[in-house]
Amino acid sequence: MAVDVNSNKYTFIFATVMVIVVATLLALASESLKPMQNANVANEKRQNILSSIGISVDAADAEAAYTENLVEALVIDANGQVVENPAFGAFDIDVLKDYKAGLSNIYKANAGDMDAMKAALLAWGNGGVNYPLFVLNKGGLQVYVVPMVGTGLWGPIWGYVTVAGDGKTVVGAVFDHKSETPGLGAEIKEASFQKPFEGKTIFDENGEFTGIKVMKGGAKGSEHGVDAISGGTITSNGVTEMIIRTLKIYEPYFLKLQAKANATEVVELPLDSASLALDSLNVEEVIDSLKLSAE
Amino acid sequence: MSAVAVAEKVKEPKEPLFSKKNKALISNPLDDDNPITVQVLGICSALAITVQVKQAFVMTLSVMFVTAAGNVIVSLMRNYIPNRIRIIVQLVIVAALVILVDQVLKAFVYDVSKALSVFVGLIITNCIIMGRLEAFALANKPWPAFLDGIGNGLGYGVILIIVSVFREILGSGKIWGFPLFGHKVGALLSDGTLATDASGLYALGYVDNGLMILPPMALITVGAIIWVQRARNTKLIEA
Repeated sequence: MAVDVNSNKYTFIFATVMVIVVATLLALASESLKPMQNANVANEKRQNILSSIGISVDAADAEAAYTENLVEALVIDANGQVVENPAFGAFDIDVLKDYKAGLSNIYKANAGDMDAMKAALLAWGNGGVNYPLFVLNKGGLQVYVVPMVGTGLWGPIWGYVTVAGDGKTVVGAVFDHKSETPGLGAEIKEASFQKPFEGKTIFDENGEFTGIKVMKGGAKGSEHGVDAISGGTITSNGVTEMIIRTLKIYEPYFLKLQAKANATEVVELPLDSASLALDSLNVEEVIDSLKLSAE
Repeated sequence: MSAVAVAEKVKEPKEPLFSKKNKALISNPLDDDNPITVQVLGICSALAITVQVKQAFVMTLSVMFVTAAGNVIVSLMRNYIPNRIRIIVQLVIVAALVILVDQVLKAFVYDVSKALSVFVGLIITNCIIMGRLEAFALANKPWPAFLDGIGNGLGYGVILIIVSVFREILGSGKIWGFPLFGHKVGALLSDGTLATDASGLYALGYVDNGLMILPPMALITVGAIIWVQRARNTKLIEA
């Protein structure tokens, strides 16, 4: 060939052409495959939600099974109240994105002031202003699936914790991670870690919110704790932080559920003792639920 | 990087596909010219993903594919790549290839893509791939370059799998995820319940070696393999 492969002109032309060709190729691939990739991600989310209520399905059947079991998908605001007619669906809320945005806002706002940053992190909800809540049907009963994200050792961790209609008992939990150490932190996505969450409660007997702790040294039969992963302390702590921070946002909603559950239980009792038992609760809610159960 | 295997140019136009020389391209990296134990390339990923055999296997397949495909592409372009920017060109080819494959997997076989996600970065930065592109593909025709890529991927994979077998058995008492020595307290049983007492060796007081799970033990295992290999193969011992 007559072209001098090592001339400056050829080198520049080669580099330019290569960059354009490769960039076009990758952009084309990314754009044309995006719909299929998004569908896969959405199906995985559905699989995770279903798995947290004990249903395991293939990706292909996930959408049908999700629609079949879904009662409603709610959007909750930062005060735990249901948002009426939200501008977007609960399923479309990207909790990981909100979490990251919230984190970076706190870091920016408190740059250089470690104490203020720590305080802000402790008082912080989840970064977003809207939180999804999926109400599903499990064996004829309504259960409430809470999506959550947090930070592990090497990257994000996330999960779905399902709470029963009584507003305090956990009926299932799934967790996953991006890059935790295989054999150590990565064990959070194994059933042996997730199974013990079943039957734990997130409120103590006085009605105080406790969440569920992943306990180093063993939960020893605690109502609010499960065994930690040996060698995975930082990931375990990340799971605890994620669960408590996220469920705390939903606390007002769960309290309403508890009120509703108590109200339906005490309907048979004489009215005065029922009203005594309900003294600390939102009166309108209780009256509403009493009406409902009377019907 | 490896100065070992700058093979002489294949000159004869009509060479059988699996000539002696071509066969050596596959068999040499398995022993005499092993990328990990002799050339000491790709150690970083060998430490990272040899906790379980399954992951080592997936990584082996991925690296084999990328070294072979990368070698072929670079070999096809070898007369057109400007000498002064050849490393950048190789890097762009490998990175584009890996990202493209990952995008396709993500769209069509999502499960495989999820299993590979951690490895994508490890594959692009794997020095074996760049080493083979630079040392072999730039100076050879596509077919020998392809065989060289497969051979080096295999040589890398053999060591990876040997190390991961030791680490998984001793570190977690399992092989390919199946328990070998019974189960521990709290392990998930096949019927979906949690074990309340240990069985098998664990009931007798056996404890997994937690150190085997951590990366340093991969280095020590690789060291042991190098020792055994050199004791067997005296060609490898420098004067």
